[in-house]
Amino acid sequence: MKIDDKKRVLREMVLHRRFEERCYQAYIERKIGGFLHLYPGQEACCNGVMEAARPGHDYVITGYRDHVHAIKCGADPKEVMAELYGKETGSSKGRGGSMHIFDAAHHFMGGYALVGGPFPLAAGIAKAIQLKGGDEIAICFLGDAANNQGVFHETLNMAALWKLPVLFVCENNLYGIGTSIERSTAVVHQHKRVAAYNIPADECDGQDIDIVYEHARKAVDHVRSGNGPFFLELMTYRYRGHSMSDARSYRSREEEEVWKQRDPILMLRDRLITAGALTMAEFEALEKETDAYIENEVIKFAEESPEPRVEELEKYVFADRETQLPWLTGKAA
Amino acid sequence: MANIMYWEAIQRAHDEEMARDPMVICMGEDIGVAGGTYKATKGLYEKYGPLRVMDTPISEGGFTGLGIGASFLGVRPIIEIMSVNFAWLAMDQMFNSAAKVRYMSGGQLTAPCVFRSAGGAAHQLGAQHSARMEKVFMGIAGLRVVTASNPKQAYGLLKSAIRCDDPVFINEHELMYNMKGEVPDGEYFHPLEGSDIARAGTDVTLLGYNISVHWCLKAAEILDKQYGISAEVVDLYSLSPLDRAGIKKSVSKTHRAVIAEEDEAPVGVGSEVIAIINEECFFELDAAPVRVHSALVPQPYNHTLEKAAIPDHEDVVKAVLKLFGKA
Ligand SMILES: Cc1ncc(C[n+]2csc(CCOP(=O)(O)OP(=O)(O)O)c2C)c(N)n1
Ligand SMILES: [Mg+2]
Repeated sequence: MKIDDKKRVLREMVLHRRFEERCYQAYIERKIGGFLHLYPGQEACCNGVMEAARPGHDYVITGYRDHVHAIKCGADPKEVMAELYGKETGSSKGRGGSMHIFDAAHHFMGGYALVGGPFPLAAGIAKAIQLKGGDEIAICFLGDAANNQGVFHETLNMAALWKLPVLFVCENNLYGIGTSIERSTAVVHQHKRVAAYNIPADECDGQDIDIVYEHARKAVDHVRSGNGPFFLELMTYRYRGHSMSDARSYRSREEEEVWKQRDPILMLRDRLITAGALTMAEFEALEKETDAYIENEVIKFAEESPEPRVEELEKYVFADRETQLPWLTGKAA
Repeated sequence: MANIMYWEAIQRAHDEEMARDPMVICMGEDIGVAGGTYKATKGLYEKYGPLRVMDTPISEGGFTGLGIGASFLGVRPIIEIMSVNFAWLAMDQMFNSAAKVRYMSGGQLTAPCVFRSAGGAAHQLGAQHSARMEKVFMGIAGLRVVTASNPKQAYGLLKSAIRCDDPVFINEHELMYNMKGEVPDGEYFHPLEGSDIARAGTDVTLLGYNISVHWCLKAAEILDKQYGISAEVVDLYSLSPLDRAGIKKSVSKTHRAVIAEEDEAPVGVGSEVIAIINEECFFELDAAPVRVHSALVPQPYNHTLEKAAIPDHEDVVKAVLKLFGKA
């Protein structure tokens, strides 16, 4: 990555971190309801991969920990926050919530709440790309524990069989809710599991964005060049609990501290400072600026936006009826 | 009698049965070390160890099938599916293996499993985490379906389900785990079939199960105090088989029926109950039976829309008043 790109990515990652921390706050204040899964600690994964790919062009799909992936693809943070507030201006019109952020215009194909659900959807998106002959690729970001769903294996087989342009990114944060990977999975290193399908795979540090970027570039190139699927495993860590009601009793504070020593944002910051491209004062100003933006624009927009109208409870269940009449009535011309 | 919470009642049933019979095991996601999402298996891992209290991978189809397979050889697994929304992934094994094996083996094999799962709309959990799916389970031959409206039932139904040689699906509700109620101090086995009269009355029968029993009870109180209508509340804790005789008895007495469910109407518990009323006591009716149910939408996230989609006791009151021509 060029220095200017790194500076831009640092700015984005700070936004991603502060956005999530602000969500935490809003949840405590009961502005956000339901389940809320936050991303701090894992920022280098999404950012490193998407810097190597083409955000807004390549199709991205993920699970319920989806805010940052959506924003990285181009979703407006204001609309994502409005969605969390359940507002009509939200990215899913207040109907979806935290686990279901969608932004089709930016090729962000959504967050899904069932573990493993996106695997075959990603392969299907890749199938469509193949049929249409575009140069996009499909990128599926999921956790480590999702690989224990049978559909993981079914999807890998089909993706390899049909050489689908799909990149599977496994964000291995070592836990699925409160169960550590050693206690749920016979093989800790997930990339080893795909060898059986003849899918090339790679694993790297998911905390260092430069490393993620380098590995992701090869992975993306492989897929975009028509060689079929690729599996990239990123070793990472989520700082907060799985969702909001999680006291993290299944892991030690010491373990968390070890990971926080290798914080993706601070590592990039320090690297840029060492390179003379950034000063500490600039970084601190950036954090302040980001907080101000979130408060004055993002939160303000969410707060001031209108609620969906109860009369429109049934909107979006089906296609607009008028547009479907020929088929609904059998009176096609 | 101990006054305990719904989750404690379930935990106690597990504990007693596991202490009694080494073949009783339990399995599910985060049920062991973490003690269960709703604490229903709290302390069991420490007491019975990892061989009998199994933290499973996120492999619903896999571990459900594994539990069913173990039950062929006499193990009695209590399989927790963290949320009923995830049960779709396990249904192939529940329906095609557990429910049918006795029949298709001519009685040679049987699958004495208990499946427990939490469903229902909690608070703003959205489209993929708010399903009520009783209706899916109750349409399967070979599978029993029960659902408790209070801690006593939760305890006694689970005890009976573990002992029963048929596969039993137990439907729980995310909002009810902390509800308190009296549970007998001694061992108690609730019948898996039948229904309970939760409140006796003479003018109208309100039929509910699980959470909707509470809407019915609240509605009955309002109807009595404010409108002088005496409502009988029937608790359909067994959804499969439904208690034809119990439904007939109450409706033949009151001549009016309202069925309340949190689920959407089509192909639901209400449709089935009304079919039974038609078959059993059509000529006893003074008015057409009425259903109270959810709007037919995927559950919205927005709080106001969610509330609009889900019925409550006020909808039950309204339905009754309409039956009596008072609204
Ligand atoms: C089919 C299904 N089973 C169980 C759950 C409950 N659940 C939600 S997230 C989760 C853990 C997933 O862990 P992982 O795939 O590693 O992703 P992470 O949350 O660590 O990012 C579980 C068990 C679910 N949502 N869907
Ligand atoms: Mg994980």
